[in-house]
Amino acid sequence: MFVRSPSSSRLQATLTLVPVAFVVLSVYVGGVLWAAGISFTRSSMLPNYRFAGLTQYINLFANARWQVSLGNMVLFASIFIPVTLLIGYSMAAMINRGVRGENALRTIYLYPFAMSFIVTGLVWRWLLDPNFGIADVARKLGFENASFDWIVNADMAIFTIIIAAVWHSAGLVMVVLLAGLRGVDDDLWKAIRIEGIPAWKAHLYIIVPSIGTSIATALVLMSLTVVRLFDVVVAMTGGGPGIATDVPAKFIIDHMFERQQVGLASAAATTLLLLVLAVAVPLLILKNHRKGGAR
Amino acid sequence: MNPANAPARRNALAAPLSRVLVYLLLIVIAIVALLPLYVMIVTAFKSMEEIRSGTLLSLPRAFGFEHWWKAWNSACTGLRCEGLKVGFVNSFLITVPSVVLAIAAGAVTGYALSFWRVRFANVLFTVMLIGGFFPYQVLIYPLVRITSTVGLFNSLAGVIFVHVVFALPVVTLLFRNYFASIPIDLFKAARVDGAGYWRFFFSILLPMSVPMIAVAGILQVTFIWNDYIVGLVFGGINYAPMTVQLNNIVHSTYGEREYNVEMAATLLTSIIPLLVYFTSGRWFVRGVASGAVKG
Repeated sequence: MFVRSPSSSRLQATLTLVPVAFVVLSVYVGGVLWAAGISFTRSSMLPNYRFAGLTQYINLFANARWQVSLGNMVLFASIFIPVTLLIGYSMAAMINRGVRGENALRTIYLYPFAMSFIVTGLVWRWLLDPNFGIADVARKLGFENASFDWIVNADMAIFTIIIAAVWHSAGLVMVVLLAGLRGVDDDLWKAIRIEGIPAWKAHLYIIVPSIGTSIATALVLMSLTVVRLFDVVVAMTGGGPGIATDVPAKFIIDHMFERQQVGLASAAATTLLLLVLAVAVPLLILKNHRKGGAR
Repeated sequence: MNPANAPARRNALAAPLSRVLVYLLLIVIAIVALLPLYVMIVTAFKSMEEIRSGTLLSLPRAFGFEHWWKAWNSACTGLRCEGLKVGFVNSFLITVPSVVLAIAAGAVTGYALSFWRVRFANVLFTVMLIGGFFPYQVLIYPLVRITSTVGLFNSLAGVIFVHVVFALPVVTLLFRNYFASIPIDLFKAARVDGAGYWRFFFSILLPMSVPMIAVAGILQVTFIWNDYIVGLVFGGINYAPMTVQLNNIVHSTYGEREYNVEMAATLLTSIIPLLVYFTSGRWFVRGVASGAVKG
């Protein structure tokens, strides 16, 4: 049909992109805009297009469950991200010193990331079980009053989810940061040694700033874990006790499908998306900027 | 890969004491990382009587396989009591076509984006990049509407479609970056020799991309097998994947909870990703490292 010329091949490139572009634009742009539109209507069980202004958003932020969900996400992020980053960085820095059995250690550290969040949640639920879990081990070792009931304690349950998530993600952060550390110039290490700078100072003020791209990558990955936080909560606590460990993703799914408040759920989803963009876009710009500067 | 050489030299002066400390810490972290896997395995073999009398960490006195069989064959997931085998088949039916289609679509899109100057290609790519950061919850309701409009909701094809849509940004990015590292001269030479659009892709590019296909395949098999939310929302009752069934088994038991059956079920659900991970760990790490360098 076409003459084999550069322009016909280019036309074919365009033609192959058309179906992909159609799907991507209709879901990622059209779908999101539609969902945002729904959040300004009175939709309940099924979407309708009766304009409701900001009613859904006003109801959303007055909703106690949403406040708890959002608060939990912020609390989760503010502990999960720094702790995982610190542990992951320490692991990477130690492995980077050149240790025996590096491959075996790396394999062990990263395997949790290959497990699903449902599995992660169920295993940690069992490990932290107040009757049969780690508390029971302590009791049978002679600490008769040992108890660890965080998972059924409304004030503490969110921290058990953080523990499980750190276990799941620390290896991933380690791999990402190790790749960065391996890229640090040998001369920099030499200079640090000659100057006799203490290790912690060298890491904090010299090495960390020089692997900014890897840190940004790790931050992006962890932020994604934070906003997508759902499976592990469902598996571990089901959002309970009560609504103590509820998170925005669970709030949205529950209101969409079980409570059939599509408008409210869409308002929540749109809010979450805006939060994500507010965090992700600056990080992406920072990353590309650094990349451009370094290479 | 070779831990002994360069990094070791850097620390020739490091005190032996700190060296011991490093190994100690690394081993402690490895034990913590492995603990859940160990506990899962020993619990799955114990009888309920033994679970109550022994501790979480004790080895099973006898290896009972009946809990494994129950988890696989007759544990109740809601109303049906046919065990996890149903979910295993579903996960298989979902994962294989989703991975194949996602890689095919991602490779072709990456090709069109990296070697051909198509108009608006950058717009498309930017949308995909940002779309990769969207929380699933934002896209789920639009996708429910889209799939039910075309009659794919609660069908196998629907689940696969959603998986491909969610995988497309990451896979495209992996291939685009991989193709960008291939010298443009190769492309020009092939063009001079008269290779057309598809000819260049199938005879030259694809054979060179086997490592990338393996990396993307391993990552996507793990992600899609481990998925919970897509299977939960789009699979309905008939196509619930293993993760959804597992969660139902654990959370819908009435009466006495059978921890050994629960842990056997949890392990069975993780077997495929664990096998993939432990047999191809290095590829997995590579995939994480290159897939992580988003943007």
